Amino acid sequence: MLATRALRLVGKRAISTSVCVRGGHGVAKVEEYTLPAYFDRRESPLPDVSYVRNLSPEQQSLKEKEKGSWAALSNEEKVALYRISFNQSFAEMNHGTSEWKSVVGGMFFLIGLTGLVVLWQRKYVYGPVPHTFDPEYKEKELQRVLDMRMNPVEGFGAKWDYENKQWKK
Amino acid sequence: MSLPKPVMRGLLGKRLRFHLPIAFTLSIISAIAFKYAVTEPRKQAYADFYKQYDSVKEFNAMREAGIFESVRPSGE
Repeated sequence: MLATRALRLVGKRAISTSVCVRGGHGVAKVEEYTLPAYFDRRESPLPDVSYVRNLSPEQQSLKEKEKGSWAALSNEEKVALYRISFNQSFAEMNHGTSEWKSVVGGMFFLIGLTGLVVLWQRKYVYGPVPHTFDPEYKEKELQRVLDMRMNPVEGFGAKWDYENKQWKK
Repeated sequence: MSLPKPVMRGLLGKRLRFHLPIAFTLSIISAIAFKYAVTEPRKQAYADFYKQYDSVKEFNAMREAGIFESVRPSGE
């Protein structure tokens, strides 16, 4: 696997163009986006092409040295070979951004803005609430709830003292 | 440059051996706690309520309050 990669990377691209000679028009132009591309992605660790395509002379001599025993390479040379093949290491491509701070800030700001809109709406758009919200009506509702003995065991009616007609202490 | 080889196998098994006993004990404890903090007091509250419950008296009190449609208060 690594041997085929090394062979492919020696100075050349892996081109898979189809040469169409159509009666007098020549070769179809190769679009840049149709060729294999390089990308840093965690889920596909080995892209189709190496990062550096046009090697400088030192890099070419390094590639020649790579064909020999790898134990002979120093650590810097190994890192240099890595950087020829790849743009970012996994650590570099995976590290998080601070984007979440702007997202959360934007969320709070827009929620606040919406709150202001809702307040304005409540004051200037909506009409008055129904008469069932009047305090006297609410008192009558409460009295009826207690008369009906709603939830007398653990709920609302349990908190009312029916003997003394007051709330339980 | 010579890092130790990372652990490649048995990762799920290790995680399960650590987390499953904790998960089971915590869920059992929460179930027991719920039983003795919520359901037992609730059963007791219902039992106590119905020990002293006179349904006829309650019915008459509700009737006088005028909430029924089938029986009106005795005055009318």
